[in-house]
Amino acid sequence: MDIGLGHYLTVAAILFVVGVFGIFLNRKNVIIILMSVELILLSVNINLVAFSTHLNDMVGQIFAMFVLTVAAAEAAIGLAILVIYFRNRGTIAVEDINQMKG
Amino acid sequence: MDFPVEILPALAFYMFAAITVASGFLVIFAKNPVHSVLWLILAFFSAAGLFVLMGAEFLAMLLVIVYVGAVAVLFLFVVMMLDINFEELREGALDYIPIGALIGLILLAELVTLGSAWVVGEDITRNAAAPMPSVAEVHNTEAIGQILYTDYIYAFQGAGLVLLVAMIGAIVLTHRTRTGVRRQNISAQVSRRPEDAFELVNVKSGEGVSLTPGKKG
Repeated sequence: MDIGLGHYLTVAAILFVVGVFGIFLNRKNVIIILMSVELILLSVNINLVAFSTHLNDMVGQIFAMFVLTVAAAEAAIGLAILVIYFRNRGTIAVEDINQMKG
Repeated sequence: MDFPVEILPALAFYMFAAITVASGFLVIFAKNPVHSVLWLILAFFSAAGLFVLMGAEFLAMLLVIVYVGAVAVLFLFVVMMLDINFEELREGALDYIPIGALIGLILLAELVTLGSAWVVGEDITRNAAAPMPSVAEVHNTEAIGQILYTDYIYAFQGAGLVLLVAMIGAIVLTHRTRTGVRRQNISAQVSRRPEDAFELVNVKSGEGVSLTPGKKG
């Protein structure tokens, strides 16, 4: 029984779809949406590392590291925005975020 | 009976993959966001296991340190700090299951179709931008370092800049100036002169002295 590229890509694809599904399912809760985005980025990382191993190319792992960096920065900024939004409005429901509607 | 050792890698893969996918589902289905964060941590841990199986040990450790140690704890911190009625936020969530499942299934079908129809070219491994050295000579961390600090040094510096900007941004966004805080004003203390602090009054006998506060510092 050999575990190849396809197995890892399947896991990554399922994880990606779970993340997208999570955004649909928890449309009101920004925190869960941010976690779903983290899941999506994780699946992208799995893809990059799987291809890196399969093609014997280190660059995939380097790219995965940069994706990791951006994910960390995104989580920090997103949660900071969430905290100030909650401080100002007292809620984090996505539907209430419409102040800038034209 | 001998245990068939050769199935261990496959066994490990299926275990880590199953735990990753299952905890991914539980992240989005958990009723309590604190549980969601904990499932997210489990998902990251299992994904790190998958990375180890793929031979990317450094990234696996990075995943544990950065995601579990920093990002997930940050999520946990925010979830616990904000006093949110999560029941209210879950209202109507089930309405979106059909459309979400439909789009999810379409996406999964597309990805699977793409994955099964696509093949790696014959000579593609010979065109690697940075061929992976054999594990016996150079271990994974060293191999990453040899490329990251040479070919990708500008991207590396840029990533550092991104993190710096994110840090400053998070501080600036959440910083607030509190009113009513009594801080020590050192320059005012140092520049205080004797004539501001006290005065000498020549008290005539039998007349007393008027003590009007606030006349001088």
